[in-house]
Amino acid sequence: MREELIVSGRLNPMVDPQLHIWHWQIPLYLFLGGLAAGILFFAALYYILGKEKEFNTVVKRAPFLVPVILVLGLLALFIDLRHKAFFWQLYTTIKLQSPMSWGAWVLMLVTPLSFIWCALHMKTIWPQWDWKYNWLKELEKFFNRYKTALAWIMLISSVILGIYTGILFSAFNARPLWNTSILGPLFLTSGLSAGAAVIVMLSKDMTERQVLAKIDIMLIGIELFLIIHMFMGFLASTQVQIDAANLFLGGPYTAVFWIFVVTLGMVFPALLEVLELRKYHIPAILPAILVLFGSLMLRFIIAFAGQESRWLY
Amino acid sequence: MRYAMAVDTKKCVGCSDCVVACQTENNVPIGYCRDWVVEVTDGTYPQLEIEIRSERCNHCANAPCVRCCPTGASHFTDGGIVLVTPDKCIGCGACIASCPYDARYPHPDGYVDKCTFCIHRIKKGQQPACVAVCPTKCMYFGDLDDPNSDVSVVLKRRKHKTLIPEAGTKPELYFLI
Repeated sequence: MREELIVSGRLNPMVDPQLHIWHWQIPLYLFLGGLAAGILFFAALYYILGKEKEFNTVVKRAPFLVPVILVLGLLALFIDLRHKAFFWQLYTTIKLQSPMSWGAWVLMLVTPLSFIWCALHMKTIWPQWDWKYNWLKELEKFFNRYKTALAWIMLISSVILGIYTGILFSAFNARPLWNTSILGPLFLTSGLSAGAAVIVMLSKDMTERQVLAKIDIMLIGIELFLIIHMFMGFLASTQVQIDAANLFLGGPYTAVFWIFVVTLGMVFPALLEVLELRKYHIPAILPAILVLFGSLMLRFIIAFAGQESRWLY
Repeated sequence: MRYAMAVDTKKCVGCSDCVVACQTENNVPIGYCRDWVVEVTDGTYPQLEIEIRSERCNHCANAPCVRCCPTGASHFTDGGIVLVTPDKCIGCGACIASCPYDARYPHPDGYVDKCTFCIHRIKKGQQPACVAVCPTKCMYFGDLDDPNSDVSVVLKRRKHKTLIPEAGTKPELYFLI
């Protein structure tokens, strides 16, 4: 038997007795960032494919949610900072080895991009829209001319945004649960799936909804595959990673993870979407809400359980 | 120059003088600490074995906290000492999450704080506060590149270990066993 005690009584707040430096803000932001990435990815993709007419909601309507989502996400990030007055220090340097630096700069690119994309589609939502000032009209013309380039930048940067939300965690080898490269693709897939679900919910067009629902089912399948793969990797790894996996395989996070994330957030909405494709009448909002809920829970659980997992010494 | 510290687990009695000395020397806010004492008990009574360690930031040569810092607030300075510049730190917490030794904490003023190896004392030619006050003289500090420094001599003479070397951090805090 081995017992390890800090006999001098270390109780540093947010570190002891167990790390809890990241509260609700970070997982909430990771969810919002992933969702924004998902919506922008499909908008850019279908624009580049030249299908903006058939996929009206994907390309022109859904992206209007993104600036709101990103601003809320940025707000959550800002609340998380403990030395708020110095936040601008993020933009005085580029640290290639720091995922958080990547994230800060990608947000600096994606946020204005999402505003521009919405500005280009104002007339879809408000047909009477007028920019009033000539220079604004000129600006719109300028961006319209380079819209394909804009879409390509948006496509690539949204993938970076989506994947970085996972890499932020996986770059920390101090927390064995986070230290798996699967988290990057898993969070990206989950973000894309949440984006697709929101579009299905917003769209009134039958074909558009069916295509996006099919994509969503496929993405949920990939997510389940990645989750199984993640646990296989953990169980075949070192003791600390086996312990990390056991948080979900019998440990305190077993019920919440398998019920809320996997069953209610993935399997159940996928089944509902399959039934809808088979012409059963399912309220569109139901699978979408479930996917969003699962996506949010996934981030919360990974963030909190990760801080519980640690090295032994 | 490569600063390092060695703690003799056979001599340490776990009195926590090093902890108090650090808190006083560095004005550590009440309720926080930059160093701490761990007691490891192995076996079942009456076959017990005890190891006492005074722990702090390991000033890793491959420091994950420096790598993940988005602003460069966490950095290496002379002799490989890992420091935080308060006015560059945004308090994001990434370095705290990245440290396998949990050696960092959020200072109530917002920035992240940790052991500095008492760099202000080293510059004056003094020992870090924890080393200077140790009543059993169980701590050794110095430059690993200098073969005659206290720490080099004792590491040559005694068996030693570092904490979680498998985490790949290359710690510079050694424990004599």
